[in-house]
Amino acid sequence: MTALIVTSPSTGAEWEVVIGLEVHAELATVTKMFSGAPNQFGGEPNTNIDPVTLGLPGSLPVVNRAAVELGIRVGLALHCDVRRSTFARKNYFYPDMPKDYQISQFDEPLNVEGWLELPDGTRIGIERAHLEEDTGKSSHQGGDGRIHGAESSLVDYNRAGVPLIEIVGKPDLRSADDARAYVSELRAILVAIGASDGKMEEGSMRVDANVSVRPVGDTELGLRCEIKNVNSLRSLVRAIEFEARRQVDVLEAGERVRQETRHWDEEAGRTRAGRSKEGAEDYRYFLEPDLVVIDPSAEWIAEIAAALPVLPADRRARLASAAGVEPADVAIHVDRGLDDLALGAIDAGADAGRVLTHVEHNLAVDGADALDVAHFTELVRLEIDGKLTATQAKTVLAEMVETGQPPEVIAKARGFEAMDAADLESIVDGVIAAHPDDWAEFVAADDKGKVKKLSGFFTGQIMAASKGQADGRAVNMLLNQRRAGT
Amino acid sequence: MSVSDSSSPSLAAAPPLGSAASIAASVRAGDRSAREVIEVHLARIEQAEPTVHAFNLVLADEARAAADAIDRRVAAGEDPGLLAGVPIALKDNLCTRGIPTTCSSRILEGWRPPYDATVVGLLDQAGAIAVGKTNLDEFAMGSSTENSAFGPTRNPHDPARVPGGSSGGSAAAVAAGFVPISLGSDTGGSIRQPAALCGVVGLKPTYGLVSRYGLIAFASSLDQIGPFSTTVADAALLLDVIAGHDPLDSTSIPEPVPSYTEALGAGVSGLRIGLVTELMGEGIAPDVAARVREAAAALEAAGASVGEASIPAATYGLSAYYLIAPAEASSNLARYDGVRYGLRVDAPTTGEMMTATRTAGFGAEVKRRIMLGTYALSAGYYDAYYGKALKVRTLIIRDFAAAYEQFDLLLSPTSPTTAFRFGDKTADPLSMYLNDVCTIPTNLSGDAAISVPFGSGDDAMPVGVQLLAPALGEVVMLRAAAVLEAAAPPSASAAPAEEVAR
Repeated sequence: MTALIVTSPSTGAEWEVVIGLEVHAELATVTKMFSGAPNQFGGEPNTNIDPVTLGLPGSLPVVNRAAVELGIRVGLALHCDVRRSTFARKNYFYPDMPKDYQISQFDEPLNVEGWLELPDGTRIGIERAHLEEDTGKSSHQGGDGRIHGAESSLVDYNRAGVPLIEIVGKPDLRSADDARAYVSELRAILVAIGASDGKMEEGSMRVDANVSVRPVGDTELGLRCEIKNVNSLRSLVRAIEFEARRQVDVLEAGERVRQETRHWDEEAGRTRAGRSKEGAEDYRYFLEPDLVVIDPSAEWIAEIAAALPVLPADRRARLASAAGVEPADVAIHVDRGLDDLALGAIDAGADAGRVLTHVEHNLAVDGADALDVAHFTELVRLEIDGKLTATQAKTVLAEMVETGQPPEVIAKARGFEAMDAADLESIVDGVIAAHPDDWAEFVAADDKGKVKKLSGFFTGQIMAASKGQADGRAVNMLLNQRRAGT
Repeated sequence: MSVSDSSSPSLAAAPPLGSAASIAASVRAGDRSAREVIEVHLARIEQAEPTVHAFNLVLADEARAAADAIDRRVAAGEDPGLLAGVPIALKDNLCTRGIPTTCSSRILEGWRPPYDATVVGLLDQAGAIAVGKTNLDEFAMGSSTENSAFGPTRNPHDPARVPGGSSGGSAAAVAAGFVPISLGSDTGGSIRQPAALCGVVGLKPTYGLVSRYGLIAFASSLDQIGPFSTTVADAALLLDVIAGHDPLDSTSIPEPVPSYTEALGAGVSGLRIGLVTELMGEGIAPDVAARVREAAAALEAAGASVGEASIPAATYGLSAYYLIAPAEASSNLARYDGVRYGLRVDAPTTGEMMTATRTAGFGAEVKRRIMLGTYALSAGYYDAYYGKALKVRTLIIRDFAAAYEQFDLLLSPTSPTTAFRFGDKTADPLSMYLNDVCTIPTNLSGDAAISVPFGSGDDAMPVGVQLLAPALGEVVMLRAAAVLEAAAPPSASAAPAEEVAR
């Protein structure tokens, strides 16, 4: 866990930033939260709709069991207590909300009190994760594209009624980087369990950040602002850092931070106050009388838990333990979904260091996840045994991904054979003999830069003479021996 | 529309071709064509509808076409169903595909639902023929049908009086002989009270027995669709068709339903029936209370034991109801904002358009209840009003549960008085609300109840008595209702059936 400390340039006072994130994720169901209309991104406006989506008079919602199941999966993956829950109506007028109320879980959410573990091992508390329905989308014609000042507005209800899970994190985050790590981890979890596609750019995952600052050492929370319209991880980091500095400036100027909603302006690189609300909005929540209690049985919850895949944090722990490194060191391997490959190779006896290096640097390509574990294991073994140079191994690996052939076959076809030690020595001695002046200069050099330069020169000559088959490490060792006169 | 205060001759009439059961039997047997049935009823409608105004819309052409289709099926040897060829009227808050559905409100101007309510589909499958959409208090908010944006419906027994409400049109359509059966909705008594005032049978089923899908919501936790008829047997028959689980309504009870018609003749011998003391005292007109006591005596004579039952919280029912129902309504009616359908009054901004639309589109009573409900749910008032009302509701449920440990059924008046005159209660909403004092507790508890005509008041207007049953107690309730029907003195103002059946 890293903390973002803002130091005041004028006073030198140190401020700590406190962040809590609210993440809305669209659940990957076939149909909507309360009706059989398709849950699909895109499409011609107002085509994925039905009477329930439009809130037509007389229509009634029916809870989508698949959405509840995905909601429970999310709860279990976030170590929440999954409980009996109800739906309520959140009442407010807005043209993209067909019923002028949103059906959401209010005082009895599906999941409460869980946590999410960042790759560095920090646990961030989860207050609740509840189900609700999405709204439609308005587009405003004329004016500045916002509803105020627009000449007319068009509404697309395709998104209305899409099932959402709102995951409310506790204010446990202390830096923009940690906020990014939290969202990345949450997205990885949602994708891993099949709950959501987690696409921020399509709006299927949306993040609101509650940001406040306080003097380092204080335990009371400062007044917070909620930042909306953050559409990427990069924006999230920029918005939090901007907002933290803005609040510090406000406080240092002797003013108070106003509790308000602020919008991130990506182009301007700043947050802006939304329309100021006269007092808190009163949503007049009450129990949704058209729906009944959701009371998942212990058996159903156990069934869902048993079917959960291994989660990213556990996958990191598993691979880290096998490789003898820290979980944070294998985050990228798990992110790429190549941890099973790495684990398989290590279990089969491949050198863990080489395995992690290959996965991190040489396998960031499509199709890497289809690599045969036995072939990968064999490749690392050939390399460790000196039968392939590091460069050759990289080349062979790339071809393995492309063709699916075993490493020996590829190495042979390319003429990658280990060079005999005596052959290498004769090449080295031949190159030294061919460049006596350079060699004398190399032996005499004590300037680090000069040594490096001449070493590079001779290695290059030797590599050329061996047609690239010489092992770089062996060449280096031989050159050093000759230079030392041994 | 102005309504004359002078007394006019009664337009009440028995259905021209008898009960729904007998019509269906003759159509299914091929003894009478559905087309003939429809023509006779349309003629009766043409005769008296200009005065009664039971309908917002008469579907003459559609009904004829549907009748011809039924006749073709009968000719082909098919059985069109339990209600083959039976004309039925639908309260205009039930969605009918492609046919205007207004809730008697200007706000739904021009809207045609793209789908049928579940009950409308069930009626269609059973061979029933919708002949019209009936008038109601706007969004079912009222007890006299005076709150309709399209003018009031008159009570066929005395056109100077109200038919009750909110399902006044559906009750009047049956009482005037326009149709043998109709559907209404009951949120606080909106089936039973107009049934009592119009001298017909009206049944509010257990909450969840009949699907609400396609019923335009007033108060979702209280609304229930139910039948009007001239006979208890027809109410049972119609319930047979519309009751049952519907996956489109989450509050629909997922249980198989019995046949209500089959159990009808079983009598009341051995049943314990409780007269609800809290609903027999102050505010109940003496003539109405007298009929209820006579009904109790009739049940006793038929073999039931009758005692006094107490529902102590019932007296708070009215107050609780007028917080819970408006609270839900304030949310249910938010969607009428001019954005997607119905009325739109243009204005410079979206917010102003919504305000202008709702101001022009809703009537005074609807606005009053939206404001009441919004207030009751507001921060700082929720606990004192809505929250407290929910607690009263819990108490009423408990009181009923305790009473039903001692009694199989309860008995009370349906309405405190017989039908009142137009304008009598419009100036004082509270006196209008008091009409529902006997019916509201059942909506709050979610149980079943039925109003059965039982003689007349001192003014010769019909009196209804109410039988109340625990949840899913319809079978026993209908048995007792049939006993009351058989024992009932004739309603003073109803025309003999022969006069119009020619």
